[in-house]
Amino acid sequence: MKYADEFRDKTIARGLARVIGAETDSQREYRFMEFCGGHTHAISRYGLEDMLPANVRMIHGPGCPVCVLPASRIDMAIRLAEQPEVTLCVYGDLMRVPGSQGKSLLSAKAFGADIRMVYSTLDAIRIAEQAPNREVVFFAIGFETTTPPTAVMIRLAEKKWLKSFSVFCNHVLTPSAMHSILESPDIRNIGRVEIDGFLGPAHVSTIIGTEPYEVLAEQFGKPIVIAGFEPLDMMQAILMLVRQVNEGRHEVENQYSRAVTRKGNRRAQEEVSDIFELRDQFEWRGLGLVPHSGLKLKQAYAQFDAEMRFTMHEVRVADNPACECGAILRGVKRPVDCKLFGTVCTPEIPIGSCMVSSEGACAAHWTYGRFRDYRLRRA
Amino acid sequence: MRAYQRKLDIKNGRVDLSHGAGGRAMAQLISGLFHEAFGNEWLARGNDQAAFDVGAGRMVMTTDGYVISPLFFPGGNIGSLAVHGTINDVAMGGARPLYLSASFIIEEGFRFSDLKTIADSMGEAARAAGVYIITGDTKVVERGKADSLFISTTGVGVLADGLDLSAEKARVGDRVLVSGSLGDHGTAIMSRRQNLAFETEIVSDSAALHDLVALMVAAGGSSIRVMRDPTRGGLAAMLNEIAHQSGLGFHLQEEAIPVKPAVAAACELLGLDPLHVANEGKLVAIVAPDMADAVLAAMKAHPLGCDAADIGEAVADNHQFVQMSTSFGGGRIVDWLSGEQLPRIC
Repeated sequence: MKYADEFRDKTIARGLARVIGAETDSQREYRFMEFCGGHTHAISRYGLEDMLPANVRMIHGPGCPVCVLPASRIDMAIRLAEQPEVTLCVYGDLMRVPGSQGKSLLSAKAFGADIRMVYSTLDAIRIAEQAPNREVVFFAIGFETTTPPTAVMIRLAEKKWLKSFSVFCNHVLTPSAMHSILESPDIRNIGRVEIDGFLGPAHVSTIIGTEPYEVLAEQFGKPIVIAGFEPLDMMQAILMLVRQVNEGRHEVENQYSRAVTRKGNRRAQEEVSDIFELRDQFEWRGLGLVPHSGLKLKQAYAQFDAEMRFTMHEVRVADNPACECGAILRGVKRPVDCKLFGTVCTPEIPIGSCMVSSEGACAAHWTYGRFRDYRLRRA
Repeated sequence: MRAYQRKLDIKNGRVDLSHGAGGRAMAQLISGLFHEAFGNEWLARGNDQAAFDVGAGRMVMTTDGYVISPLFFPGGNIGSLAVHGTINDVAMGGARPLYLSASFIIEEGFRFSDLKTIADSMGEAARAAGVYIITGDTKVVERGKADSLFISTTGVGVLADGLDLSAEKARVGDRVLVSGSLGDHGTAIMSRRQNLAFETEIVSDSAALHDLVALMVAAGGSSIRVMRDPTRGGLAAMLNEIAHQSGLGFHLQEEAIPVKPAVAAACELLGLDPLHVANEGKLVAIVAPDMADAVLAAMKAHPLGCDAADIGEAVADNHQFVQMSTSFGGGRIVDWLSGEQLPRIC
C-alpha cells in the first residue's frame, strides 16, 4: 500500500531499533507515555514493544475519547435517547461503552430507543433533514481533532435552518489531561508518576500545533515529542525522547513535521473558538474531574445545545474502587497488576476506562499483548 | 376448465401478502418463479418433501440463514451467497454436497424483478456446483416485519468412508493453509453500504469450494485434520475457535497471509483488520506437516486456490493463543473480534 508501507519498513525498523539500543543507558529505565489511543493501537498491532530494549517501557495514556467518557455522560445519553421524540446519532464505538448499572446505548437500542450508528457528522445532518419531526441529537465526542467537524456541522445546521437538531457535546482537550496526569490530587494516593517523557498526539497536533505543549514541558521538566501514527514514526520519536533524556533536555520536538506545525490549523481553531467555550471542569473516566478540560457550546448557539434544549442533568457515578486505571494511566501499575484485569474486566464487559475501547491501555494489552505476561513469567 | 390467472408481472409487480397465504397466488409465485429458476425433477413433483437416494458413506447436514444488507453486492447477491455458503459448510467436512432446501421470508412490497434475479442466481449457482435445490418454503410478512428478504438454506451431502475432519484432531506442528486472499467479501459489502459507500474494484469472493475440497482430499486424505471457511469474524475468529477446540495455539507469519492491496487499503481507511473481515469463498485447512506441501500444491492447481499459502503452524500453548509475527518485526495476539463491527454481512 503506497504511502503507508514506506512507514512500516522492517529493515528501517531494525536499523532504528539498533540505534535506540546503542543510545540507551542500560543502567536506567526509560518510561515514555504515548498519550494517544492511536499510538497505543499501533504499538500493539505492529508488535513495536518487541523491537525496543527491555529498559524502554511504553505506558499507554488516556488518549482515547471513548475510554475516558464517564459513565454519567453515557447515562445522560441513554436517558435522552429514551425520550420518544429523540433520535440519537452516535459513532459505532460508543455503542458498547457501559454507563452505570451496566446499561449501554446498545442495550438501550434493544429496548426500543431510536439510536442510529453514523460514520460522519454529515450522516447526522442527513438524518435530521429526512426526519424534520424528530428531535435529532448528535452525540459529539473526541479530542481537538474531531471538534472542528462538529463546529462545521453546527454551522451547516444553522445554514439549513434545522430546527430540531442539536448536539450533545463531549469534546475534551488534550493538554489539560496531560497536565492532570502529571499533577492532580489523585497523585497523593498513588504517590508518584513514573513518566520520563511523552510521545505527543499526532492528529490532535495538526489542529492545535505544538505550541500548547511547551508550557507542560517547561513546567514539569518532561520532554514531549509529537509523533505520527505509523510504527516508524513512533520509533523515531522514541529515539528523539531517549536523546532528550540522555542530554537532560525537556523540549517539545516535532517528529511528525509532514503534518504538524508549531501554530497548527488556524482556520480550524477559529471555527472552534467561535462556537465552543471552556467548561470549568469535565469528568474523565479514570482521571476524575479535570479543570478546564472540556468544551461546551457558547450561549449564542444554545438552540443547538442538547444539554440546554432537553435540560439534561449530570449525575456523577463513582468508578469501581478496585479499578486501577488511575495508577495505570500514570505508569505506576501495569494492566496485569489490576485484580479486575482479565477476570471481571474484559473488552466484552469493560469496567474501567482502559478496557473500554481497543485503544485503551488494558484492552490493547488484553487483545494484542497478553501473551507477553506469560512469556515474562516463564522467563 | 382451468380458471384464468393473470401472469406474474415480473417487471413491475411486487410481492403482496397473498403470495404467502397458501392460495393460488402463492402457487403461482412458486411455480412461475422458483421452479423456473431451480428446475429439477424433485421440485417438479410438487410434494411437501423430496425423497432422494444417497450413495455409500456417511451423510452430512448443515443449515444457515442469510440476512445480508445490501442484497446485491459486487460479485453476487443474497441468492448466490445462500447457495455458496451452505455448500461450503457441507464441503468443509470433506463431504460432497448433493441437495439443498431453500426457505424464503419476504417482506411485503418486495419487487418481483429483484426476487427473480435472486432466484435465478441461486439456480445458476446450484447448477454450476452440480447441486439441486429440491425443496423449499415461502413466507410473506407485513411491511416492516422483515428487511426485504431473508433466505435460509439447508444442505445435505455425503462423506467418503474413512474421512472424519474435526478440530480436536489438530496436532502440534500442523501447518495452517489458506486458499487465497482474505477480506474480499466483507470489504465488497461495506463498499456498497448506504452510509459508507466508497469506490473500489473489490468484488466478493463468494464461491462454492467443494471442487477445491475434493482435490485437497484426494491429495491429502485424512492428513487434513480440519477445514473451515472463515466467514463472520474472519480468519481470527476461525483460528481462535479451532485453538479452543483443539487445546493448541497457533503461530502465524503476517507476511505470508495473502491480502489484496485494495482490501488492505479499504481496511486501513475504515480502521478494520483484514483478519477480522468475512470471506465467502476461502477456506483454511489444518494439515499434518508431512502432507502440507502436497495439499498446498493441489490447492494451487484449482482456480479458487491459485493464491493459496502456508501461513503458519499449530503450537503447544496452554493459553490457546493465536499469535502472529508481524511484518514489522514484532509479535502480537490475533484475538477474537469484540462486539459486532459490521452487522449483517452474510
